[in-house]
Amino acid sequence: MGKIEWAMWANEQSLAAGLIYATGGIVGVAGQFRGWQFAAFGIAAGVFVCLLEYPRSKRGKGTSVERTGQYCFTVCVNAFGPLTRNYYVRAFLHAALCVPGGFMLATVLGCVCLGIASLIYLSAAIHGEHWEPILPRTEPPKRVGDSIKEPPQNPPPRPPPELRRKKADKLETAAYDNPMSVTVNE
Amino acid sequence: MGNWIINHGLSAFILVVWMGINIFLFVYYYLFYDQGPQFEYTRELLGSALPWARAPAAVLNFNCMLILLPVCRNLLSLLRGSFICCGRTMRKQLDKNLTFHKLVAYMIALMTAVHTVAHLLNAEWYTNSFQGQYGPLAGNLSMLDDSSELKTTYLNPVRSNSTTPTLLVFTTIAGLTGVVITLALILMITSSMEVIRRSYYEVFWYTHHLFIIFFAGLVFHGAGRIVRSQQVTDPPHNTSFCEDQPENWGKNPECPIPQFAGGFPQTWMWVIGPMIIYLCERLLRFIRYMQPVSYRKIVIRPSKVLELQLVKPGFKMAVGQYVFLNCPAISQLEWHPFTMTSAPEEDFFSVHIRSVGDWTEDLIKMVENLPEGGQGPKMAVDGPFGTASEDVFDYEVSMLVGAGIGVTPFASILKSIWYKFKDSDPKLRTKRVNHAMVHFDKDTDINTGLKQKTSYGRPNWDKEFEQVRQENPSSVVGTFLCGPQALAKDLEKKCVKYSEVDPRKTKFYFNKENF
Repeated sequence: MGKIEWAMWANEQSLAAGLIYATGGIVGVAGQFRGWQFAAFGIAAGVFVCLLEYPRSKRGKGTSVERTGQYCFTVCVNAFGPLTRNYYVRAFLHAALCVPGGFMLATVLGCVCLGIASLIYLSAAIHGEHWEPILPRTEPPKRVGDSIKEPPQNPPPRPPPELRRKKADKLETAAYDNPMSVTVNE
Repeated sequence: MGNWIINHGLSAFILVVWMGINIFLFVYYYLFYDQGPQFEYTRELLGSALPWARAPAAVLNFNCMLILLPVCRNLLSLLRGSFICCGRTMRKQLDKNLTFHKLVAYMIALMTAVHTVAHLLNAEWYTNSFQGQYGPLAGNLSMLDDSSELKTTYLNPVRSNSTTPTLLVFTTIAGLTGVVITLALILMITSSMEVIRRSYYEVFWYTHHLFIIFFAGLVFHGAGRIVRSQQVTDPPHNTSFCEDQPENWGKNPECPIPQFAGGFPQTWMWVIGPMIIYLCERLLRFIRYMQPVSYRKIVIRPSKVLELQLVKPGFKMAVGQYVFLNCPAISQLEWHPFTMTSAPEEDFFSVHIRSVGDWTEDLIKMVENLPEGGQGPKMAVDGPFGTASEDVFDYEVSMLVGAGIGVTPFASILKSIWYKFKDSDPKLRTKRVNHAMVHFDKDTDINTGLKQKTSYGRPNWDKEFEQVRQENPSSVVGTFLCGPQALAKDLEKKCVKYSEVDPRKTKFYFNKENF
């Protein structure tokens, strides 16, 4: 699995884990279960994880796809500097947050999912990945002035018809056989 | 409105039927458990959380049965072949198999959530009942134990004061399998997100094999028979009369001790069929993997496109179909789809492979290092599988739109048209090409030899559709696309916009193939 950026999967997993943690917590509190305090913690931790994980990181290679409306979250998360950029910190944070969920049935699924997300983040950190904010580009991609001064160097891709017709004597090196015989009449 | 019906009618109908079945199952089983007299005492302990857990369970049974079927590509190919009598609209539905698979997956996820929340409540309330928090009736019911001396059977799966909901879940078959398969489901879903799938197909593919654990756990999920219903006793136990006097049960002849038994597990009956079908599908892929494939020609094209001409004994294809390739030297388990660019009339089949990710890059690198005229790495081929392009010859007029590597199926079609005209194939309905062949010497396009020029660059779709409509009144025009999603949306809208229900006017049917 050559170029995988583990952080991308860790991000999806932790976002899902946050939602599950919070949902389990809501059930625990609303149903007034025994140990509802753990459920209340689950709601808080789940919401926090969702807010932290909502903004996607910029990818090392390739185009990054933003989540809808993630810009304000990006700015907030970016403000914490190395605490949020470093994936070792995130792995440890998720591991710590998930532990109280294991004490109560309603939050146990959230606990395990967040634990798995923590492990994937650990893998991402070991591979040297880190979180980068996706910020709008400051400079315009094209400068109009320059392109006018530089005419295209190469002719357009479609060569004139005479050169594209395969010559009858060059059929051996051709990549495919003509289904019908080709007559040279130009 | 009429245009929408022509292009989307059957899909909408299937969705309505599927949703209708889901709703029916949910409501039927909700009422069954909410009002059934045999669950009167169970409801005493659990309230409405019982039907809220059982209704999604029924919907889950149905959808877990359905989810394996859209990914059995050989089965779908078989169905496609047998629908040749029933019209192209039916066959087009089979193109949307992955969309249906995802829809069913979302329903499974939603129902799992409802089912799990209801069972969280059940576990808590069973525990509370045992500890006497819900009054004497619930307490007495919970005290019933499985005892042959006292001739009692239990109702409450919680059997001791030290049992917590967590302990209940992890010491019962239902609870343990439930947690494991829910976890498997969550991992499958997070790794199937579009971002992950498009960038790291391997993560998606390998993680998705957790479905084996999912189905194994699902089949055993009900083996513990933890949902108990009241059995008929002799003399009968009348719940409405006896529920007010639990202390008299067994002493009063009208109220013998109620007996309970667990429900027979049913999930396996729903899923065993599709599981066998899917197993056959994987077996077939394995058999095809073992069949020998040899290279006829290997060409490396500009912009990192590799053309492979392969020969496989007994291989028959139709125009525009695709195959799955597996190269054990690169990866034992990965199969990747490629459209065939050769025509069925040729004695080999070819694919054009673009360098996109790990697997394709490795293949191109391997091939570049081959000696001149040498055989390529061992390759396994599964297929061929059908696409919308098979229907090209059924339309009087066809518009073929290929974007990027998406021109590949149309190369196959155009080559096949060449051969068909060369052999004067009478089954070819396509009229426009007929016209081109008469004038083929004069102003034919060089790439394909047809009169209609292969146009390059991005066309103005409104102009193109208007022109086709004017040139072909009262015709059915098939529009075929192999290309990106954005272009598909565009073309689909144009097909709807320029179609008329009036049979004297032009009708555009949109067909899309994309991986």
